Amino acid sequence: MSDNLLSLKHVSKEYSGNRVLKDINIELKKGEIHALIGENGAGKSTLMNILFGMPVIHTTGGFEGKIEIDGQEAHIKSPHDAMNYGIGMVHQEFMLIPGFTITENIKLNREITRQNPVSTVFGKRLESLDFKAMNEDARRALDTLDMNIDEYLPVAGLPVGHMQFIEIAREIDKTGIKILVFDEPTAVLAESEAKNLLDAIRKLSQKGIGILFISHRLDEIVDVADKVTVLRDGEHVATKDIKDTNKFEIAQLMVGRKISIDRSEGPNKNSSDEIILSIKDLNVAMPGERVKGINLEVKKGEIVGIGGLAGQGKLGLANGLMGIYPSSGEITFNEKTLSLNDPEAAIKSGLAFVSEDRKGIGLLLDESIELNIAFSAMQINNDFLNKLGPFRFRDSGKIRSHADKMIKDLDIRCTSPLQRVGRLSGGNQQKVCVARALTLNPTLLMVSEPTRGIDIGAKKLVLDLLKQLNTEYGMTIVMTSSELAELRAISDRIVIVCEGKVEGVLPPDAPDAEFGLMMSGSKSHAEGSEA
Amino acid sequence: MVEMKEKGKFSFKETVNKIGLPTLIIGVFWLILIITGGFLGISMSTLLSDTLKRAGMNGILVLAMVPSIQSGTGPNFALPVGVVCGLFSLVCSIELGFTGVTWLLMSMAFAIPLAAVVGFLYGKLLNAVKGSEMTIATYTGFSIVAAMCLAWLMIPFKNPKMGWFIGTGLRETIQLDAVGGAQILNNFWKFTIGGEKGIIIPTGMLLVFGVCCFIVWLYFRSKSGIAISAGGINPRFAQASGIEIDNNRIKANILSTVLGAIGIIVYSQGYGYAQLYSAPLMMAFPAVAAILIGGATASRAKVSHVIIGVIIFQGLLTTALPVANQLFEGTDLSEILRMIIQNGIILYALTQVKGGGK
Repeated sequence: MSDNLLSLKHVSKEYSGNRVLKDINIELKKGEIHALIGENGAGKSTLMNILFGMPVIHTTGGFEGKIEIDGQEAHIKSPHDAMNYGIGMVHQEFMLIPGFTITENIKLNREITRQNPVSTVFGKRLESLDFKAMNEDARRALDTLDMNIDEYLPVAGLPVGHMQFIEIAREIDKTGIKILVFDEPTAVLAESEAKNLLDAIRKLSQKGIGILFISHRLDEIVDVADKVTVLRDGEHVATKDIKDTNKFEIAQLMVGRKISIDRSEGPNKNSSDEIILSIKDLNVAMPGERVKGINLEVKKGEIVGIGGLAGQGKLGLANGLMGIYPSSGEITFNEKTLSLNDPEAAIKSGLAFVSEDRKGIGLLLDESIELNIAFSAMQINNDFLNKLGPFRFRDSGKIRSHADKMIKDLDIRCTSPLQRVGRLSGGNQQKVCVARALTLNPTLLMVSEPTRGIDIGAKKLVLDLLKQLNTEYGMTIVMTSSELAELRAISDRIVIVCEGKVEGVLPPDAPDAEFGLMMSGSKSHAEGSEA
Repeated sequence: MVEMKEKGKFSFKETVNKIGLPTLIIGVFWLILIITGGFLGISMSTLLSDTLKRAGMNGILVLAMVPSIQSGTGPNFALPVGVVCGLFSLVCSIELGFTGVTWLLMSMAFAIPLAAVVGFLYGKLLNAVKGSEMTIATYTGFSIVAAMCLAWLMIPFKNPKMGWFIGTGLRETIQLDAVGGAQILNNFWKFTIGGEKGIIIPTGMLLVFGVCCFIVWLYFRSKSGIAISAGGINPRFAQASGIEIDNNRIKANILSTVLGAIGIIVYSQGYGYAQLYSAPLMMAFPAVAAILIGGATASRAKVSHVIIGVIIFQGLLTTALPVANQLFEGTDLSEILRMIIQNGIILYALTQVKGGGK
């Protein structure tokens, strides 16, 4: 048939009615490096899960379309099948056993064994290991990658870059490996290490291995790939030859125009020149969203949008300020120094936070709406309490009347203030979170991913609510979101965070390509803005 | 209780959900035993009197589970810690020569500060071992009982009412009759329903239990109590709201230990004996079982769970013994059966412990 090593044909997938992949077609030739790019939630990982036959796919009803390998339809029902078809994967997080040597890690569960007297009696499981042969194999794999490191060293203590290579060595040591998937391989590597890795990837492709390369770093993709496929919201946007395109175009395709949420009015009139929040060199140790030195100033009365790809640290900013994760830096808020790592002080100073992790941090799911709304104010500001000697008891009457007012003001759809928040829809839960934050009477409201996991109609309501708080009450809002469209809908300016730092600040009406380039941390976004 | 069970048979699914399956199964089992007992000619009023008495005796010990569960440290398997505090105060009070009501009040007066200090240290320990509280708690309980075995022997108490007849150290079982302390609460405002052989209501003891329940209920409606519950349900939520979770866990375990100490004093006076040495070793398990049967989980408990749980659990135990005695007359089987039933219930209740779910 064709010379395609791997082809995905009309692949679609839905999770309980929610279509996450729509008609994806990807073809990978022998020795080709095919890059896959897309924002978070574009469907990259679902696609890879399908390719590897991960149980999550098959327990949720399988997928539509078919996978062909070497022109033959392949039925990949489990990761083991995937391995037999010659598909290997280099994970973003290393799956290595630190106490084992490099050889042992490479050969784990595929050891070369020799018979011995015990094993002749008790079976194959007890055969002795042929370390010599194993070392030779490991050596060969390492040599392929130009790694001049001794195969008998333990993995613990090796630099990160080396560990990545050992992962690769393990994959290429598998016999019959045809396709290798790299999932954000350079995310954890330093620049020079990343360069070595890209060289190794090129070399592997020259040996005839087809490579699927997932990354959000545009520069790398343009550098190493032969072809690029762009996914957006589960849709196959385009597949292009690298030589026919450039990173500006890819960036534009990646960001695109999504469901447009209209910007209702022109520039914000509330915004003054007074700086209410000034952040200097903020570092936050939030796992997966590390902030490494953010500098930012927020003016009174504005809506600042914080954007960027997942894992780049945009979420760490608000979490750090609120003292939820350990942080350091110099923060001035309302002309006072804000002490970090102290949630109580942060709330007392007039910051309020609606967390991105609604069900985790944001709500007491088994408790009533009214308790959720009143809780923080009760604990921090001593509102809603009756004093009785040294003790303070909840003032149920006041809590109820305040909850009723909030339910009315924010239009929370519920049966009563006593309903458990766990029973509410996502949008209404979000409103409860906002209600709790507002109950604290904050001067600055931080909202993270306000529309995550809620349906489109409710999204609009939540955004309108934020906008209304800003215009009517002059509340300063810092909104963090992965959805560029919603940032653009209400923000006065958008700060893009990349690799834990501020990559740049853009007006909401800047072109797509500029956002795309900035989010991918492409070095030359300055020239991009001129293009 | 009986009425509730009968209703349960009609709108089955809803009622099961509302009452909780463990509560229902044990409740129905109890009901069957009572009916069996009725056929065997066992006096109902004796059974009910005993049930009330035992529920009153054990109630506060079960109540001690509420603060620790609510704070997120799980059922207080280290209940013996509070128990030995109570026992120690009790013997100190005897040693100082108090009798009657004074003895009781002084025992409690000693017990509360002592248990508070010990509870504080125990809370610190739990904060150091987050994630494995239940196991650590169990072994803390075992260790402290063992350590106190030495203490009972070595502390130079002089009062002859408590010592061995020969040698030094405290007796294994101290008769509280000697200080006029036996059933002192039970007899307070005691009355009988239904004539001479009717149901005995130990008013004083039930009142004390009721007051403790009310205090705990009230506490969990206070600012501090709500903060503790929030920390237990969702530590990250509480932390983000500026709550010191570790302090709250300590507070809750102080409360739990103090309740354990008061609980054993009430228990001992009801029983008529103070049991030292290894007697407190297994105290935690029936209490944990009772609250779980009452409908609590390892992460959520209410005062109502305590009341329902202690009545059903103790009711079942008191009923099971005479019924088994009648059924297997003249054998040693009844004692074995009692063990099987008590431990079976505990085992069953513990299998119902779920991490965080409903």
